[in-house]
Amino acid sequence: MSKATDTLVADSDAVHDDHHHGAPKGLMRWVLTTNHKDIGTLYLWFAFIMFLVGGAMAMVIRAELFQPGLQIVDPNFFNQMTTVHGLIMVFGAVMPAFTGLANWLIPMMIGAPDMALPRMNNWSFWILPFAFAILLGSLFVEGGGPAFGWTFYAPLSTTYSSDSTGLFVFSVHIMGISSIMGAINVIVTIFNMRAPGMTWMKMPLFVWTWLITAFLLIAVMPVLAGAVTMVLTDKFFGTSFFDAAGGGDPVMFQHIFWFFGHPEVYIMILPAFGIISQIVPTFARKRLFGYASMVYATASIALLSFIVWAHHMFTTGMPVFAEMFFMFATMLISVPTGVKVFNWVATMWRGSMTFEIPMMFALAFIVLFTIGGLSGLMLAITPVDFQYHDTYFVVAHFHYVLVTGAIFSIMAAVYYWLPKWTGKMFDITLAKWHFWCSLVSVNVLFFPMHFVGLAGMPRRIPDYSLQFADYNQWISIGGFAFGLSQLIFLALVIKACKKVGEPVSDRVWEGAEGLEWEIPSPAPYHTFETPPVVK
Amino acid sequence: MSTQSARNQSLTLRLLLVVVAMFGFGFALVPLYDVFCDITGINGKTENQAAVWQDVAVDESRTVTVEFITRTNTGMPWEFRAETRRVKVHPGEINTVSFYVRNPASSEIIAQAIPSVSPGQAALYLNKTECFCFNQQPLQAGQEAWMPMSFYVDANLPQDISYFTLQYTLYDVTARAADLAEKENPYLRQPASGSR
Amino acid sequence: MAAALLPLQIFAQTASTTERAGELNLRQGVTDISGQVYDLHMLMFSICVAIAVAVFGVMFYSIVKHRKSRGVKPAHFHENVKVEIAWTVIPFLILIFMAVPAAKTLIAMEDTDEPDMTVLVTGSQWKWHYQYMDSNVSFYSVMATQREQIENKYEKGENYLLEVDRPLVIPTGQKVRFLITSDDVIHSWWVPDFAVKKDANPGFINEAWTKVNEPGIYRGQCAELCGKDHGFMPVVVVAKTPVEYEAWMTAQEEIVRKAKKEEQRLLAMNMSMDELMTAGEKVYNSTCAACHMPNGEGLPGVFPALKASPMVLEDQAAHINIVLNGKAGTAMQAFGKMLSLKDIAAVVTYERNAWGNNTGDIVQPKDVNAVATGK
Repeated sequence: MSKATDTLVADSDAVHDDHHHGAPKGLMRWVLTTNHKDIGTLYLWFAFIMFLVGGAMAMVIRAELFQPGLQIVDPNFFNQMTTVHGLIMVFGAVMPAFTGLANWLIPMMIGAPDMALPRMNNWSFWILPFAFAILLGSLFVEGGGPAFGWTFYAPLSTTYSSDSTGLFVFSVHIMGISSIMGAINVIVTIFNMRAPGMTWMKMPLFVWTWLITAFLLIAVMPVLAGAVTMVLTDKFFGTSFFDAAGGGDPVMFQHIFWFFGHPEVYIMILPAFGIISQIVPTFARKRLFGYASMVYATASIALLSFIVWAHHMFTTGMPVFAEMFFMFATMLISVPTGVKVFNWVATMWRGSMTFEIPMMFALAFIVLFTIGGLSGLMLAITPVDFQYHDTYFVVAHFHYVLVTGAIFSIMAAVYYWLPKWTGKMFDITLAKWHFWCSLVSVNVLFFPMHFVGLAGMPRRIPDYSLQFADYNQWISIGGFAFGLSQLIFLALVIKACKKVGEPVSDRVWEGAEGLEWEIPSPAPYHTFETPPVVK
Repeated sequence: MSTQSARNQSLTLRLLLVVVAMFGFGFALVPLYDVFCDITGINGKTENQAAVWQDVAVDESRTVTVEFITRTNTGMPWEFRAETRRVKVHPGEINTVSFYVRNPASSEIIAQAIPSVSPGQAALYLNKTECFCFNQQPLQAGQEAWMPMSFYVDANLPQDISYFTLQYTLYDVTARAADLAEKENPYLRQPASGSR
Repeated sequence: MAAALLPLQIFAQTASTTERAGELNLRQGVTDISGQVYDLHMLMFSICVAIAVAVFGVMFYSIVKHRKSRGVKPAHFHENVKVEIAWTVIPFLILIFMAVPAAKTLIAMEDTDEPDMTVLVTGSQWKWHYQYMDSNVSFYSVMATQREQIENKYEKGENYLLEVDRPLVIPTGQKVRFLITSDDVIHSWWVPDFAVKKDANPGFINEAWTKVNEPGIYRGQCAELCGKDHGFMPVVVVAKTPVEYEAWMTAQEEIVRKAKKEEQRLLAMNMSMDELMTAGEKVYNSTCAACHMPNGEGLPGVFPALKASPMVLEDQAAHINIVLNGKAGTAMQAFGKMLSLKDIAAVVTYERNAWGNNTGDIVQPKDVNAVATGK
């Protein structure tokens, strides 16, 4: 890796003449900013706020499910909570958090002065708050917000939904446009802005996984836009895409939705693979094992994600050969995913490991994500999926891959790069509390869900029969504890943003490798205005 | 350096083209899905155009049971029943069954019957030469009709299917009905012959 | 009568749901298929646990042994083609080992041979309808748990949320085919003990089948989010020996015959306002109140109010019509299929006179019949 420090404050007016050196002050700095670090910060804060909002909804859900009977909310509001919780966590928390990390890190990792399209970058962030204001606002209109699940199956979301569906569609459109703009920016940046010598196979894995994610985004977000548009016209303009009376088919909705939905799942996990592949080598003090196979595995997961969508729909009634095809294709995904896990373990093997907070989260990720992956393999088996489908077993599965997978990787990333961003070490005591509280509570929260699911508890129900009472109480307690644990994280991040703490070195972590560790801590407002040379 | 921004621009444009194309692809999935259904028999959709009967050898050695189910959708007041609930046929042989409808409401209602076959694969081998479901069916208040459906089962029906069900759901499409050339139901009070 | 003793016998045969508390695993169920599915589940589970133990074992060994605090110096290897090929090929072989029994079970499930009997299962918001294809017996099956139990006013019963007014009855040892469809949104008919879960798609039919080995009561739930009361839409199936089943079926057919006669009798007579209001309130609370609310005010923006509604106050024929046939594209169903003429007459009378809707209108069964038949 190159020594790039001498290029940091080089005076260059060439690439972006629309900004000035040093950060401007005041609110307008944030509104008008085209700086990738500012926008990254905005994305991350937005994602965190949405994570807390979506989490508050999960608390409502868990409070209602604390014991059998209806106590706190009515079933209609309960359905709105499950729906909006899902939408917010997917589109408001996980995806913006990854985009925020991409904004902060990709230019620094590839030696670029900024993202390729800084003004579009500003737009793609600033339309997001409006999308979520509309979505959250729809909860307060007459008839309530969306109550048909984040998967919005027709005809529940068309003929039988409340009129706020129009707001839902509009808000999803805006989220989609935002993600697409973000993805285009990432692709153009990676293609055109790499520093000299930063060849494809020298790119850090976080950059690779994000590049592949960005291609997935531009391939499937428009399909989602198509699906919500069809829902809109079916509901308000008399078309019958999903209405049998007019020659349509409600099952077709599911095909279109999951054609988007399955790649979407990988959009939420591939950048996490990238993050873990950055962190593990640092704290094992050993190069990542099987770099090339990591890249190929990521690409093959992305490609396979386009031919497995119907495994979400085994119970809709498919010919047996179609069920077999989707079963086998889905099982196949576990091969490249397995390769990744094996590579991480091989990276640790005979390394010289230390266990700082980012490493702790990364290790928790590897174990817990693997559990989620293995339950995914069980779900792929069609005959048993008939029993698992739409039960809490599925809820357990996707929370293991999304909470202890995606969210844990985001937290690992924040702990890993936060000192670089602020120049100060975060409060390690708080971080340890955050880690251990989260780790214990998240398993109390999600592990028993496997059991209630197998025992037969359907998902998305506001009340349940008495046999599930004990476990649900544990699950709720775990849920509240996990929710509260995140307030520790909030306190820690606020403290870090106030730049309290021990100053850190440029490299921050002893074993850290990569361009972002060559620049000073905190990272200056403008970096790499003259490209570094990568050897 | 201006070449840099030109390169950015051209790549952005190409990516935007991909986005537009994928948005179009989302909608193209609708006809693609129909093609997919025609090939695989997902969902048991039947052809909504008349098949032409080919004079093939009737496979007397094989008997297939076809079962008929009638339903009316919510908001549809018609009486609707299959005159024949179940019929045993040989592949290749033409059969006609008839369905009774009556409009008890006090105004004209236009109906559309939507077929569905289970197991879905059988739909690919069910050929209808005449069916009331090909067209919208109007009935004035109080009118009744016997609507025929002629079909034959393709001799290539997979051996493991010996029994399948055809369901018709009747929908009230008065509000969105196309202007029918003839406002009179062609099957009014004409009991179909040949049902067995 | 034998029928009165039957529930007691059945209680003895099945584990109650409270006894199921603490259950951790999938059920073996009571059919050959559900047994196969259970075996398959256990096989997959064991393989997954074995993989997890192996991978985590290596990882934790490394975490313990290869740490800096033990003075370990990092090795320098970062690829090994042989190892990488091995851990691509071996998982692939494991997958083939898993796929074979899975495919076998799947093919066994998709048996389209002629069944011994067929039941048409229709989902609607939020109840199931069963129609026996070989007789004229058909009925709705609605959750029987009292609202007060759900609202925590009464103690919750043993089969809380998993009990219905009229369960589906099927014979044991026979191949029973279920044709599954829906009147409104997508539902999913699920009985865990049969390993049968199939979506009910509006306008389309799906099929599933079972062959139950042991008599008993088997409980399940709707498994696809279908709106407000998705959680309150249980499935209960009672499996009886063929002899008992035949006796039950004969009794049901007799009941249908008697009901038809009763209907004819009712058409000829008039009921009093009090009679209609009392019966109407009962029907309203069990059938209509879920959406229109016990106070007739509905849920604004979702379900319309009946209190002071122009249709309820004025157009009587339209009112009867919508109750009979429902309204397409809304949750308002065709209750003509579910309620008797008397019940509909009573509930329409009730709606036109309750909550300050004091129209004074009395609707008789024959008025309902007139709208239903157009005669």
